[in-house]
Amino acid sequence: MSGATAEGRHPAREIVVSASELTRTFGDFVAVDHVSFEVARGEIFGFLGSNGAGKTTTIRMLCGLLRPTSGKGTVDGFDIATESAAIKTRIGYMSQKFSLYTDLTVDENLRFWAGTYRVWGREFERRRDWALAVTGLETRRQALVADLPGGFRQRLALSCALLHEPPVVFLDEPTGGVDPEARRDFWDLIDDLSEGGVTIFVTTHSMDEAERCHRVALMHAGKLLALDTIPRLKAVFPEGSVLELECADAARAVEELENLSEVVDAALFGDRLRAVVESPEAAATIERSLVAAGFGPVTVNPVAPSLEDVFIRFIHEAEEAESS
Amino acid sequence: MSDETLLAARGLVVRYGSTDAVRGVDLEVRRSEVVGLIGPDGGGKTSTLRVLAGLLRATAGEAEAFGADTWRTRRALHHRLGYLAQRFALYGDLTVDENIQFFALMYGVPAWKVRRTELLELVGLEDFRSRLADRLSGGMKQKLALACTLIHSPEILLLDEPTTGVDPVTRREFWRLLADLVGEGLTLLIATPYLDEAERCTRVLLMHDGRILADARPQEIPDLMPGSIVEVTAEQRTRAAEILAEIENVADVSVFGNTLHVRVEGARDPVAVVRTALGDSGVPVEGARPIPAGLEDAFLYLTRSPEPEVLMEASS
Repeated sequence: MSGATAEGRHPAREIVVSASELTRTFGDFVAVDHVSFEVARGEIFGFLGSNGAGKTTTIRMLCGLLRPTSGKGTVDGFDIATESAAIKTRIGYMSQKFSLYTDLTVDENLRFWAGTYRVWGREFERRRDWALAVTGLETRRQALVADLPGGFRQRLALSCALLHEPPVVFLDEPTGGVDPEARRDFWDLIDDLSEGGVTIFVTTHSMDEAERCHRVALMHAGKLLALDTIPRLKAVFPEGSVLELECADAARAVEELENLSEVVDAALFGDRLRAVVESPEAAATIERSLVAAGFGPVTVNPVAPSLEDVFIRFIHEAEEAESS
Repeated sequence: MSDETLLAARGLVVRYGSTDAVRGVDLEVRRSEVVGLIGPDGGGKTSTLRVLAGLLRATAGEAEAFGADTWRTRRALHHRLGYLAQRFALYGDLTVDENIQFFALMYGVPAWKVRRTELLELVGLEDFRSRLADRLSGGMKQKLALACTLIHSPEILLLDEPTTGVDPVTRREFWRLLADLVGEGLTLLIATPYLDEAERCTRVLLMHDGRILADARPQEIPDLMPGSIVEVTAEQRTRAAEILAEIENVADVSVFGNTLHVRVEGARDPVAVVRTALGDSGVPVEGARPIPAGLEDAFLYLTRSPEPEVLMEASS
């Protein structure tokens, strides 16, 4: 599904980030292979894939840090190959680990980042006050960042990346490991920014984070395998094709389940089993087979696929297509 | 047999200087269970695991493995328990085979060569036996570390965040491997910050701020909080959220991508409550449907409760 663009929810959809047949090779290795997509203003765009799938290389090209071997890309209207200096002023970047100086205070971090983004004087004061307000750190300006709880740190890192009011911000696994309360506050802030027209580009391995994005792209082996909203991605599994089973001795029944011709994929989930089947009619056959094999009583219920199920499916299909 | 308690903690406290990492934890792990110790960073998961593994002495309270104090009997315990730390130690300049051999000799495992071959087949490293550990990929290093941890055939394995920062494909492979081990009778206690991994466990301990907030089977998670969750899709999402937050039966509204998760309490038809409220305000609703509450919903509810200690008893 290369070249995919979802239909916009808004009629006047302004494209802020675009990649067209973007390709990058390192010697014989094709790190990014003809990747095309468009991201609209205000969109929260999730960018997922295995390690080595080409995500980082794509982002480095979009940030103007690496020249494409072929293909084109733009960020806020600037060409990534020829106008990288302009692009660097149009983007913000935040990663969970490296954005803040923990032995500096809140104020000192803001001042440092403002300096690197060339935000001075009145402009700096206005943006600093904004940052303190959205992070809730007005009363803790002299606190060392090392002493702040994780949730505050996260929001401070984000606001530092936004001091120069870039139209696009790149986030690298922004809330991995933070508690749900802090994560929710962080995503509330992201949502406000998105409503305000900031485009948010998120790379993550965390499905909890991916679920928060408006659209999600999946990269694998340099190619873009899928790009859509989460409900539409999950629709690759027809209703009733993901089943949860309860049976006796699930840990041993999984092998029996895997060998059934109706079953595409089977896995142990705690003391239950998950199966992906070709058609909803398979449920009855599975139940009979497991009972016959001595794993009864068996109950079968359809469940919603997880985003992880979706990705594994796309990747398996891509790998099968490759090997055939 | 399957009710045999392998690990138990009562009133467990771990203090570092003036910081309480673990503040009175009670838990049990029974044979053949897959128990998830799930919660955010800094919640006390690692400290709890380390005490249970006999690697760290509790400040107060009791920690027992196989019915005996974990610290006092730690030498014997290490022959029956495996511990996969978050940063595992492999010898980069030894081969795959040599790394496992090292652990086998350290534990004094008899006839370890047979076991080594079995484990290499299990983790899928049989074709890489003579490769240096430094030259393995991240996922392969983790599999090697797992094999080293299992060379002495422990009855229970403690894993500290084995899937953190791991991509979805590798993560799924790792869980498949763990499922194979469970099939062979191994008991697991696994710490993770990923709430969606609760589904992989037979029982979940939700840990936050040094305490266990809940102890439940994954199927019981929706019951950890009152009311039900309605997923709402509306073009005017922000306005819909504002309107719903004002409704009496609505306990909570949060944004999830293009949708809202609305927790409705004390209403017979939660979907109707949402539709009526938005309809009355002229906000078009594209979709509203009940969805099962997830662990994140439960976590948010539990951490906001005035008395987080008063919670579910261990399910049996």
